[in-house]
Amino acid sequence: MLDAAKTSDVQTETLLEVNNIEVIYNHVILVLKGVSLNVPKGGITALLGGNGAGKTTTLKAISNLLRSERGEVTKGSVKYRGQDVHEEDPAALVRQGVIQVMEGRHCFEHLTVEENLLTGAYTRADGKANIAADLEMVYNYFPRLKERRKSQAGYTSGGEQQMVAMGRALMSRPETVLLDEPSMGLAPQLVEQIFEIVKSINEQEGVTFLLAEQNTNMALKYAHYGYILESGRIVMDGPAAELRENPDVKEFYLGMSDEGRKSFRDVRSYRRRKRWLS
Amino acid sequence: MPDQFLFATEVFINGLMAGVLYALVALGFVLIYKASGIFNYAQGVMALFAAMTLVGIMNGQVPFSHIINAVFGTEIHHFGWHVPAFLAIILTVGVMVGFAWLVQRLVMRHLVGQEPIILFMATIGLAYFLEGVSDLMWGSEIKKLDVGLPQGGSFWIEDMTAGLGSDNFYGFFIDNLDMVATVVAALLVVGLVLFSQYTKQGRAMRAVADDHQAALSVGISLNFIWVLVWSVAGFVALVAGIMWGTKSGVQFSLSLIALKALPVLMLGGFTSIPGAIVGGLIIGVGEKMFEFWIGPLVGGATENWFAYVLALLFLVFRPQGLFGEKIIERV
Repeated sequence: MLDAAKTSDVQTETLLEVNNIEVIYNHVILVLKGVSLNVPKGGITALLGGNGAGKTTTLKAISNLLRSERGEVTKGSVKYRGQDVHEEDPAALVRQGVIQVMEGRHCFEHLTVEENLLTGAYTRADGKANIAADLEMVYNYFPRLKERRKSQAGYTSGGEQQMVAMGRALMSRPETVLLDEPSMGLAPQLVEQIFEIVKSINEQEGVTFLLAEQNTNMALKYAHYGYILESGRIVMDGPAAELRENPDVKEFYLGMSDEGRKSFRDVRSYRRRKRWLS
Repeated sequence: MPDQFLFATEVFINGLMAGVLYALVALGFVLIYKASGIFNYAQGVMALFAAMTLVGIMNGQVPFSHIINAVFGTEIHHFGWHVPAFLAIILTVGVMVGFAWLVQRLVMRHLVGQEPIILFMATIGLAYFLEGVSDLMWGSEIKKLDVGLPQGGSFWIEDMTAGLGSDNFYGFFIDNLDMVATVVAALLVVGLVLFSQYTKQGRAMRAVADDHQAALSVGISLNFIWVLVWSVAGFVALVAGIMWGTKSGVQFSLSLIALKALPVLMLGGFTSIPGAIVGGLIIGVGEKMFEFWIGPLVGGATENWFAYVLALLFLVFRPQGLFGEKIIERV
């Protein structure tokens, strides 16, 4: 696919650099055990892995939403455009262009769809006209939201709420969006639609995405580069096209195998032999 | 018109006005509860503190004069000037904003993400602390508050209505202060609703009320919003403090009006500004009318318990109150 080839050949500027971070919740629970990744400007980078692998924690460590959940980065560094950002609060990061769309949507339920979108522009100081123009831009990407602009977000469907959350992030005029599990709980057709929109926002607005997903198949179809997380460690990374063809990824994450089905016991020992980097 | 009907009308109107005063206190609770999910037990004491500060500033009292005198052996109690009411109110608003900032800085910030019950207990502590501080700061004697609001019955209304009934009907007795309070409360509510519906900060306030995490993620500073909310609640407490203080003197019992606000909140719902007003009116009218009609049959003194019994009924049959936000839950 052409999208995968694009970033692997052309060397682009690295926007976000996560260096060997370790995250501990509540002072005792070690969740990330040294995660490193780079997010190039203008790309879609996927962060893959199963439940509890640490995808969400990684994103929250970057956006600094960890602190409100009693988690902290104890080792390593997070750099945005070469600057250390791990001491900054989320608002400062949003102003620098990094915004997170949280897992499970997190719309403001009692606000209308349009008010939800407008809260995304909270940090902006470039005037009402620009904000109104961006509201139109968001409605262009998500025409469904325009129809439902006056309804309370809590009463919209799951897919619409995902759109609200993404549109709200777009309203901050972000450079990088940390998109956490957009496919969660949505019908396959809707997932495809959401990913198409991500792709077009990426191409037309030049927004960089770091995408955490369990739906490996879908994510690798749209991403340029992928990282695979397993119990708090990056176990594999590479251009999305290569990961798609990789036999281990195929077996563990895409559910395909050349050698037929294996028993669970084989899988476990196989997995143990195949730990990368640990 | 029969006198009985006229008396009832008078009681009704007075009930409405008393209700407005209850609603003023309830408003402060609603504001903080909406934005941070904290039931602020200290709201009543904040009204007391605000009223004491206002009186203190107007009289040119030296804050903490007892401590200062005890430590340095001096005898200063007054600066020797009097501050005009308007200026004193502005200064008191400043004090309340400072107080909001301190609460946020010293208490709430360290309790982010804790259980609501822990936050509630923190406000209980805050209430007793503030009570002590206001005594230390301004002294514990009963003070008279006069910011120039009209008081006493309105002769105009009395004269206008005297002709309605027979000879032993003297016209409606309606307190001027209550009428001022009604107007002020109406303005306050309109202002608050406009602020929270149509301004950026108001929208952010509601966003924070809905989902802290999401608000953080779009770059809303929780610290700022909470200082804002506590400041607005402080301002509402000041307004309530002025009205109640003018009515019954600035004294410790002022902080107990908070207890009257509880049934109002249960009726109106903890999350609705109009609900606080309507709840206040229902309680005010309800307790006066109940006393008027049923009171004589049961030996009177129903005003003390009527509101709470009504609140109990609401808790059983409609826990979110009349206007409380329905808990939106998608399955």
